Order: sequence, then structure tokens, then C-alpha cells
Amino acid sequence: MEQKIIFLTILGMGAVTFLPRLLPVWVLSSRKLPPLVIAWLRFVPVAVLSAMLLPALLVQNGQLDFSSSNLFLWAAIPTFLTAWKTRSLFGSVIVGMLVVAVVRFWGG
Amino acid sequence: MIATFRKQLAAKRWLRGVSRAFPITLGYIPIGFAYGVLAQKAGLSAFNTLAMSIFVYAGSSQLIAVGLMAAQVAPISIILTTFIVNLRHMLMGSALAPFLNRWGKFELAAFAYELTDETFALHAMEFPKGPPGKAETLAVNLTAQVSWVVGSWLGILAGGLVTDVKPLALDYALPAMFIALLMMQIRDRVQVTVAIASGLLAVSFYLAGMTQWHVILATLLGASLGVVIEKWNKKSSS
Repeated sequence: MEQKIIFLTILGMGAVTFLPRLLPVWVLSSRKLPPLVIAWLRFVPVAVLSAMLLPALLVQNGQLDFSSSNLFLWAAIPTFLTAWKTRSLFGSVIVGMLVVAVVRFWGG
Repeated sequence: MIATFRKQLAAKRWLRGVSRAFPITLGYIPIGFAYGVLAQKAGLSAFNTLAMSIFVYAGSSQLIAVGLMAAQVAPISIILTTFIVNLRHMLMGSALAPFLNRWGKFELAAFAYELTDETFALHAMEFPKGPPGKAETLAVNLTAQVSWVVGSWLGILAGGLVTDVKPLALDYALPAMFIALLMMQIRDRVQVTVAIASGLLAVSFYLAGMTQWHVILATLLGASLGVVIEKWNKKSSS
């Protein structure tokens, strides 16, 4: 593909990415929303975070993987416990990465 | 005197935003790096590789797009795919909007431009604690995007030399961050149910082949389930 066409494609991608990011904050921030909508929106962070996270932990190479080789899944346990006990975001990230690095190092 | 004091205060807020974004940069630099390497291999010029990180700035869709470009897929299909993949940000923007009622239109635009899965996750934890400071919030966002662009640039420099970011477990930085942020978001039993339901729904949709819609669908259903359970609890307790 020619670089000029790639650049125009990128601009198009930018536009269709920016609009869904912009519209809700523009339209909804200045409005008083019905209680039902507010209640619904309050569940969105938990729902969307879990919806993004769980496939990353449970699915490897297109299928469910509960085997011992699924490092991302098992490293989630110490990471979760650290987050629960310490409430430290940074600490949890470091613990998770350390576990993964150590297991990879020892497991070859 | 007062002017310098104010300047120091503003600088402090910026610095706090920059440091709060640190876990994100830890994940963005290596993934941006991987993107930079892949974009080079897909035949994008250095200029276009950086342009995508500046104008699109959405990790997974950028990785998908360079794959499609390498396969010579028509631009309109690439743009449409990007749109669908990034539509989930609408839900994130909606969830944060009620906290941003004191922001001007231009400030909101600047904020929304850099709204990603990861910056959303940080803000969703922080905003309910009190009205979000503009300087600090925008500093979080800006730091995240700068690290993404720097990562992409390093990927361009490395070219085909390095392709593996695994040894340092940097590929686990973002999953670990999501685990911690999700844990900190959960405050009651209904939210536990919502998290489990939407997570499992996302996995099911994904395995069923809906790999571009699974997050949106699972979120819509999961949040609705939360509202239903909440209503039901209120009814049975009154």
C-alpha cells in the first residue's frame, strides 16, 4: 500500500476512534440523567474491566486454557491477593510481573 | 509570591498525574514497541507508524490495522474495523461523563482524545473519590500517550532486531493492572456478580467467534444484570 494512502487511512481511523470517545462525554456530562441510567452506568466500569480481562486470562490460542502452562491465569492469583491486601496498584503490577518473570526464568 | 505559589501548586498536580500514570507507561512502552516493530514489518514508513500512535492512539486496533495493511486490505474495511473495535470507548466515556459536569467543551475534547482502556480504568477508580482535578487528570492522559508514542518510536529504531518483550514479563503489566483495578472497583456482592457474569459472557462471545463485539455485548448485559439485581434486592427488602 502506498504511504500516502496509508496516511489517509490513519486519519480516517483517527476520526472514527475519536468520535465514540468524544460524543458521550460531550452529550452526557452537561445533562441530568435519570436515576436508572446513573445506576446502570455505575456498573459499567466493573463490567467492562472484567469483560476485557477475563478473555486475556482464560483464553490462550483461541481456546479455554486451565492448564499449568497458562501463566497469565495463575499469576493472577498473587496479583489479586496483593491488590486485595495492600490496595496498591503499583505493588500489584510489580508482584504480577515478578511472578511471571520468575516462573519464565525457572521454567525456561 | 502568590503567583509563584500557584505555579508550584500546578506543577505539583501535573507531577502527581505523571506519577499516577506510571503503571500504564510500564505496559505501554513495551506494547508500543511491539507495535512499532510490527508496523515496520508491515511496510509502514516511520512517519506513518508514529502518525498512527498520535492520531489513532488505540493499542489493539493499531495492531489489527497494521496486520490488515500488510495483507493489502482495502482502506475502508480497515477504517470500519477500527470503528467497531474502538466503539467500546463509548461505554467508558458514558460512565465517566457524570463526573465531568464542570469541564468545558474543549477540555472534554482534550480528555476524550486520550481516553483508552487503561486511562479509563485509572479514572474510574479515582473519579468517585471527589471532583477530578483537570491538571492531574490531563497529565495522566498525556503521560500515557507520550509513553505510547515513545514505545512506538523505539520499535521503529529497533526495527527487526528485537521482537520479544517476554523476558521481563512486560507483557503482564497491563493484565496485572486490570486485575488490581477491577479488584479495587468491587465494593459489594452485586458488583462481584456483575464482574463474574460479564467476564464469562465476554469469554463465551469471544470463543463463539465474536472477537470484535465480545467486550461491548458483555458489558451491556453485565451492567443491565447489575441494575436488575439491585432493583430486585430493593423490592424484596422493602
